[in-house]
Amino acid sequence: MIGVELVKMLRRPRTWLILAMLVALPTLVAILLAVTDLAPRPGTGPPFLSAVLTDGTVFPLAALGVVLPLFLPIAVAVLGGDAIAGETQSGTLRYLLARPVGRTHLLLAKLVTVVAFVVLAVLVVAAVSYVEGRLLLGGAPATGTVSLSGSTLTEDQIAGRTTMALAYVVVSMLGVAATALFFSTLTTSAIGAALGTIGLLVGSTVLLGLDAAQALHPYLPTRYWLAFVDLFRDPILWDDVVRGLLVQLAYLLVFTLAAWASFATKDIDD
Amino acid sequence: MNTDAVIRTRALTKRYGPLRAVDAVDLAVREGDVYGFLGANGSGKSTTVRMLLGLVLPTSGEVEVLGEPMPAARRSVLPRVGALVEGPGAYAHLSGRTNLALLDASGPGASRPRDRRRRVEEVLEQVGLDPADRRPTRAYSLGMRQRLGLAAALIRRPRLLVLDEPTNGLDPQGIQEIRQLLLGLRAEGTTIFLSSHLLAEIEQMCTRVGVLDRGRLVLQEDLDVLLRPTGLVAVRTPDAQRCASLLGGMVEQLEDERLLVRAADAATLTAYLVGQDIRVSEVGPYRRDLERVVLEAGSPA
Repeated sequence: MIGVELVKMLRRPRTWLILAMLVALPTLVAILLAVTDLAPRPGTGPPFLSAVLTDGTVFPLAALGVVLPLFLPIAVAVLGGDAIAGETQSGTLRYLLARPVGRTHLLLAKLVTVVAFVVLAVLVVAAVSYVEGRLLLGGAPATGTVSLSGSTLTEDQIAGRTTMALAYVVVSMLGVAATALFFSTLTTSAIGAALGTIGLLVGSTVLLGLDAAQALHPYLPTRYWLAFVDLFRDPILWDDVVRGLLVQLAYLLVFTLAAWASFATKDIDD
Repeated sequence: MNTDAVIRTRALTKRYGPLRAVDAVDLAVREGDVYGFLGANGSGKSTTVRMLLGLVLPTSGEVEVLGEPMPAARRSVLPRVGALVEGPGAYAHLSGRTNLALLDASGPGASRPRDRRRRVEEVLEQVGLDPADRRPTRAYSLGMRQRLGLAAALIRRPRLLVLDEPTNGLDPQGIQEIRQLLLGLRAEGTTIFLSSHLLAEIEQMCTRVGVLDRGRLVLQEDLDVLLRPTGLVAVRTPDAQRCASLLGGMVEQLEDERLLVRAADAATLTAYLVGQDIRVSEVGPYRRDLERVVLEAGSPA
């Protein structure tokens, strides 16, 4: 069933359209930077972007920093929101369940497929932006890539930490995927489920900007999204990365269970 | 005929809040039946069909399909059941054959890829679609979608077909083709549960009829029992009053120029009436049609 779902995802034109859009924004950023030579001042703007003019090899990280806060979550919300509600809308859900596909099995296959999409998206964005960084922004300085703490990192260290950063970005989307899947079991409107998820993320972002909500901050799904930056300090600052992992796993668990509870005994009557 | 129950429900009930959408329904469908499940829109047909397939869970009562309890045994029951429930469903961006192949690959006991391709082509031809058609299903007409839905129901050569309004959206020739297809399947031993609001469709194909009215099964009987001769003769005559007084107690019903007369033989009756100088404009044995049966069953007079 997971295989079938993966095939369905890959054969959907929408999947490729979303990937193209995810790649388009960093590409535009790379071109603008290369043409104008105007990087954000250090400490402002998306992470790593201030460094890319001197070191094109960190551009994949800058690209992920660009797409992570908005584009990638929206894409995940759209795919996750479509998971069950989309099948309902196309009238295929009842035939899948009458085939029969177990309901729990179907939910898990959908979740795995959304996560597979995130992996694919992160890899594509990283690969494309790596090439763009090298071509448009140049290689690493002769002295080597400089960490955020000012020390120099070896190429092996950079490769290892980049891999970890990509994995962390994937994990960051688990909460969004599970939330969207849950909403998708509640409604027959795929767009409704996606918008509900996006609404939750917007709410989380708003609360993050509000000092009065300080007590809630550690539990918000978007709080630690950019913590992958800490992987490039010397030594690595693990605190927020670990908290981010725990928060995402908690959201994944809670919303997957909620999705299961809502879907397992639901009457499929439309 | 084998009388094993293919579908059996006991006191099957589905409540939505205070509304009893399906109310204590006892269906009995035997092997080899073409069972016509009739009812107006909103009478609970679809909910019943969905409960048979485990899509909707009953509030109370039991469902047995192919001798096993549903929905508990759906993993072993449903692979032997083909279903078309309230319109076909297909992924709009994929071709008909890809849709069928994906559906087949989704569930237990999926065929091997080569067998699957052959089976998909066979079943597309069977329902009158072109296996070489690579267009996405969004380009299909309503009738083509309906045929694709039927193909999806047939792809696993089911023992039981549950079809909800299968001829929806088809032109008269398409309806005729599908009817031939279903009769062919029946001859091969497939049991068919056909839900419809079209009396003519049921009357032409079915061997057994169940009528649902506001959630209650008001009638369930073999069609030839329902439509067996009534022992009545219908007479149309301009001399209706005189004829009625002449025949006295034999007259069951009199409306305008038409009488229903209890008589063994229309010819003898005609000869008698003509001998009595009564002008007869029309005469013949009276048969009930399904429409009348259903109306009588549905509305408590």
